[in-house]
Amino acid sequence: MSKLKLVVIGNGMVGHQFLQSLHDSGESNKYDVTVFCAEPRLAYDRVHLSAYFSGSTADDLAMGNPEMYQDWGLNVLIGEKVKKIDRVTKTVISSADRTLEYDKLVLATGSYPFVPPVPGHERQNCLVYRTIEDLEAITAAAQNAKIGAVVGGGLLGLEAAKALKDLGLETHVVEFAPRLMAVQLDEGGGAMLRHKIEALGVKVHTGKNTQLIDDGTECVHKMNFADGEKLETDLILFSAGIRPQDELARQSELKIGERGGIVINNQCQTSDPDIYAIGECALWNNQIFGLVAPGYAMAKVTVSHLIGGDEQFTGADMSTKLKLMGVDVASIGDAQCRTPGAKTYSYVDEPAEVYKKIVVSEDGKHLLGAIMVGEAEDYGTLLQYALNGIELPEHPDSLILPQRGDAEPAGLGVAALPESAQICSCHDVSKGDIQAAIQSGCCSVGDVKGETKAATGCGGCAALVTNVVNHELEQLGVEVNRDICEHFPYTRQDLYNLIRVEEIRSFSELLARHGKGHGCEICKPAVANMLASCWNDHVLESSHVGLQDTNDTFLANMQKDGTYSVVPRIAGGEITPAKLIVLGQVAEKYNLYTKITGGQRVDLFGARLEQLPLIWKELIDAGFETGHAYGKSLRTVKSCVGSTWCRYGVDDSVGLAIELENRYKGLRAPHKIKFAVSGCTRECAEAQSKDVGVIATENGWNLYLCGNGGMKPRHADLFATDLDKETLIKYIDRFLMFYIKTGDRLQRTSVWMDNLEGGLDYLRQVVIEDYLSLADELEQQMAAVVGTYQCEWNTTLQDPEKLKRFRQFVNSDESDSNISFVEERQQIRPATEDEKNQFEPIRMVG
Amino acid sequence: MSNNWTKLCSHSDLIGHSGICALVDDQQIALFYLPEQLQVFAVSNYDPVGKANVISRGIIGSSGDDLFVASPLYKERYRLTDGFCLDDEALSLKAWPARIHDGQVEVQLAA
Repeated sequence: MSKLKLVVIGNGMVGHQFLQSLHDSGESNKYDVTVFCAEPRLAYDRVHLSAYFSGSTADDLAMGNPEMYQDWGLNVLIGEKVKKIDRVTKTVISSADRTLEYDKLVLATGSYPFVPPVPGHERQNCLVYRTIEDLEAITAAAQNAKIGAVVGGGLLGLEAAKALKDLGLETHVVEFAPRLMAVQLDEGGGAMLRHKIEALGVKVHTGKNTQLIDDGTECVHKMNFADGEKLETDLILFSAGIRPQDELARQSELKIGERGGIVINNQCQTSDPDIYAIGECALWNNQIFGLVAPGYAMAKVTVSHLIGGDEQFTGADMSTKLKLMGVDVASIGDAQCRTPGAKTYSYVDEPAEVYKKIVVSEDGKHLLGAIMVGEAEDYGTLLQYALNGIELPEHPDSLILPQRGDAEPAGLGVAALPESAQICSCHDVSKGDIQAAIQSGCCSVGDVKGETKAATGCGGCAALVTNVVNHELEQLGVEVNRDICEHFPYTRQDLYNLIRVEEIRSFSELLARHGKGHGCEICKPAVANMLASCWNDHVLESSHVGLQDTNDTFLANMQKDGTYSVVPRIAGGEITPAKLIVLGQVAEKYNLYTKITGGQRVDLFGARLEQLPLIWKELIDAGFETGHAYGKSLRTVKSCVGSTWCRYGVDDSVGLAIELENRYKGLRAPHKIKFAVSGCTRECAEAQSKDVGVIATENGWNLYLCGNGGMKPRHADLFATDLDKETLIKYIDRFLMFYIKTGDRLQRTSVWMDNLEGGLDYLRQVVIEDYLSLADELEQQMAAVVGTYQCEWNTTLQDPEKLKRFRQFVNSDESDSNISFVEERQQIRPATEDEKNQFEPIRMVG
Repeated sequence: MSNNWTKLCSHSDLIGHSGICALVDDQQIALFYLPEQLQVFAVSNYDPVGKANVISRGIIGSSGDDLFVASPLYKERYRLTDGFCLDDEALSLKAWPARIHDGQVEVQLAA
């Protein structure tokens, strides 16, 4: 049987999900699939579009890629539009005048931003916010702008405002309705949101009807409002809602709703049964769904129908939870209390800037809707009450009142959820699906996410997914043992606190009081590291020496052949020619392999154990100090050349990098720490891939935290903006000490952040708002470490006892005969086993 | 029987809770020392996995009743008393009886 021809028009998020569902169905071979993608790139994540301004690239946002689509056997036409559908001959004609036949056609054309027909709306730098091309245009326009205004105070408008703010503009939001997010919030919620957003420096203008845009006197544009007020701005973004992209369907005379949208039935078929419409272009039951989850559901239903299944689309929940400029906002169901007889409970905490409201049925038994602004932890619980019709407790207000003292939280235990409860609405994952994943062997939240895709869409359900997974694992009797090893029944964090509180200064003391046995290769280096973080004694003190990993023991990095590499500190990557020459001379004298590192310094390889003190004597005499490349400690502070030389630099990144590196050098932490400082937003130092990244702005320094390169790259989170140097250092002090206090053994800051309950907001509360009243203590602890810095190599060279370790043999001056090198690209490298057997090795020098 | 003990170094050359290395003919011997028990252990210094002479630079510890040294390269653990690997029974180090005698560290090289 020959394959049916399936044409898909549109490759946005929903179009992509359709292709994914078709592929996952295992029956995609029934169809020859051709995909038209009008945009110059394949589907990408529009929900997280504003991440583009805080460092994400188009690649980060990408969902589909050509190789994957090719693997799936799809024929994809990028940058090609369909200009006509001929339903009589069942063909489509493209912008490249290609004519293709179809048996089945899927319209996933999405929507376009609505631009109100205000005179002047077509002026230059009046833009919209929907595609990556839009973002590029906005970035370009912002270069020469100081002030930006967003028309529209809804969900997308506030996202767009965040983008302008991230671009450094003075940002205004102009809303026609009397409040922000008029669809999702009530008056109280809108007022609280406005208050919080204004506190972030965004100016909000509600009840403003823009009547004309013309030339400004101070700025490029002047917006003239109906009430006579005016606003001058250089850049205008329209984000006043979306309209379904139904032009093609209109031309081919498919049934269209009165106010637009392609009419579909429960199978997502249009008025022509061979043509389907899904996502924001589709109109079901007179509703357009401007969220991604209902679009995904339509995609799934369409695939089902195409392969002979009987799934139906029966509407979708429009509840939503999101973070707007760092403010938690959530809206569930009948948030506006429109159900006859419904009653509300509300709770306002002005000092903490929290607003919560629930809407309950007339009989008080069921939750109909909810609004949360400023704090939305209960979203998952409330949503489950609403979606599953679970009976409310006797006092429904207990669900939104804060829990104080020993009172049991009123939250709904995940045990109470029915198996059918939908946990992740983006990917339609139920509690039963999660249970099945665990039954089939998933043992962690990460496994379950990979298996079911739960919490990988908008991420709003992440906390709930974690709770369900943990609960299910507990039910199965899986106990996660977090003890550091068999010698101590404690976590790293417990041990750290014991060391601090009991002022324990040695491993033997800790073992005698709280452990058993002799210790091991897990707990010994971990304890040595914590003792160093707390008391900063020399790591080669006799009570510490046996605890250290070999790298710390010999203050150098062991390589595969048992030789070591030597890395002197070159703070900020700045080095004088004279010192650079010394490095060359030392490397030449000891015949060391020389390589420039990623951290802007020089690594010297192939040093034998007994050569280390000789090499370091020469380096220290020339003014070098140890680089701590061997420690779980601060490594480097990378920098770009900054305003001193660079035409674009706005501040002295090298100067700050050197200052930071000298402040934190020697600090031991759960894992290594890398910093970088960039002198402008071009970000040449790649600060956003570091544990601590600092980027200069016109008004100070932006601080990014918890980034990582390496095996699992993570973009750093923007933590605070426009800081002066004093505040910047204060925040970094607190952040590092809090990480040292609470991090797990060998846990980088990126993983630590991913596991930190409450995430970035919680970290801000601790570091900026001093929510735990720890700030002074953390700063003092850091001051103690900074004040007791010593160059470990300098101290070692002056102590004959410590130097005793640096010889290959206790009873002979011979060298290790097993170490041999061969030459490659004019330098040494370790000989392979074969080479050792075949050739006479190169003689060692020095 | 006391004739075949070989002197390697003095007691004071040992480093508590850690290792050093001695050379006898072509044989590199790693020596580990537990000062509380006045115990010394001798195993071969060659790491059969990493193929380098580094065992003396490993961390010592205990697993249940077994005392071990963990290779500094790839972390295999070898029992100090007999050199057997706790993580892979196909691996082992040579091990020799060792003692502290008259202020000297001695090993018994021949069986």
